[in-house]
Amino acid sequence: MNDVLDFMGDHRGDVVRRVLEHVQISGVALVVALAVALPVALWMAHTGRGGVLAINASNVGRALPSLAIIAIVFSLPGFGLRKSTVIFALVLLGIPPVLTNAYVAVRGVDRDVVEAARGMGMRGMQILRGVELPLAAPVIMAGVRTAAVQIVATATLGALVASGGLGTFIVDGIAVQDTSSIVTGALLVAVLAILTDLAFGALERAVTPAGLAVAQESAGRGRGRDRAGRGDDVLADQSERVDAR
Amino acid sequence: MRQPGQPFVNWGWIAGHTDDLVTRILNHLVLTGIAIGIGFAISLALSLVIVRYRWTYAPVTWVAGVLYTIPSLALFGLLIPITGFTATTAEIALVSYTLLILIRNTVAGLDGVPADVRDAAVGMGFSPTQVVLKVDLPLALPVIVAGLRVATVTTIGLVTVTALIGMDNLGTFITDGLQRLFVTPILVGAVLSIALAVAADLLLLGAQRLIAPWTRTARAGR
Repeated sequence: MNDVLDFMGDHRGDVVRRVLEHVQISGVALVVALAVALPVALWMAHTGRGGVLAINASNVGRALPSLAIIAIVFSLPGFGLRKSTVIFALVLLGIPPVLTNAYVAVRGVDRDVVEAARGMGMRGMQILRGVELPLAAPVIMAGVRTAAVQIVATATLGALVASGGLGTFIVDGIAVQDTSSIVTGALLVAVLAILTDLAFGALERAVTPAGLAVAQESAGRGRGRDRAGRGDDVLADQSERVDAR
Repeated sequence: MRQPGQPFVNWGWIAGHTDDLVTRILNHLVLTGIAIGIGFAISLALSLVIVRYRWTYAPVTWVAGVLYTIPSLALFGLLIPITGFTATTAEIALVSYTLLILIRNTVAGLDGVPADVRDAAVGMGFSPTQVVLKVDLPLALPVIVAGLRVATVTTIGLVTVTALIGMDNLGTFITDGLQRLFVTPILVGAVLSIALAVAADLLLLGAQRLIAPWTRTARAGR
């Protein structure tokens, strides 16, 4: 443990630089993934098209080994040993959970509530913004949270394709058998991942409308909507996809 | 990034390395199997405790959740000073990653057993162990298998990362290729690990449907 602290002290500059690199890569990838997945999911949910694709997206995404995705992107012409390789791969990994959660969230909004809104005179975009989005927000945010943690975690592997980031300490450490370097990288990225999870968890609670929070408390179900009665497949997906961790 | 003149896939190289291919696929399956086996045993034991003592659900899933959040390479890295570059390190981490999903699903499955069915069994004279074995587990099976499916597919992906700490499996093709900037093994490792994960997913999905044909999947529409 002392060795690790010594190492961190000696390499203070590297530590700071790589934390920032890691956050930057992850942040860019998350923003791009959201920019792609959210509009598509909302459109699918609002029009009712592409449901099969949306629901299965996170299943497919989860089945794909992250290292394999990075490796394939790396091999494509135009990529290789650059930051864009990792960012592109991370975007691909971040889209499925957001897509599935956003779609399920908006589709799952109680139709009665939407009817009531329509009866009150609200139309189209008004309903989307005033009713559907607030009610869907917690589940959407759960998907964003899943994507964020997945992206931060997988960015570690980016070190293999020279993207920088905290994984570099681990990968370099393995190469020269320097345990202090390995543990430094491991500790820092573990803390970063946990902080990311906590931060987005707080965001999730923040976007939960007050009324919904009360209802969920009394139902004792925790966050996310429970669909256990609709098929065991969905429950398995739910544990990762819909539930907050 | 391939060198000019180097084709994406050097089929000759593949033909010359079929031994490696077979060995690594088998190793991959063994690493996965051990992780799922141990993970399931631990999760089942913990789930039975949780169902009996509800208050343990929160702390147990909290610990499992924290473990799941830690990036795989990092968890391997944290274990290396303790257990070295060995299969033990790999398996401890791989087992840890299965716990959250397996515990969640096993508890949900056991919770889903109707109370009156259990009452009827007790009324018929079943001992507590018989109730668990003959009533709870069979009825909880579909949901448990769903969890096993997710855990298996995730584990297959994580096993590729163990190549970085010296485990010989499909991920080794990827690390070799990255080191030598040789595209063919990279693609071989990547494509095969994806294929293995997808095959496992479909196989277990089939098993799930066989066990519980009445399960309406999300795909079948609302």
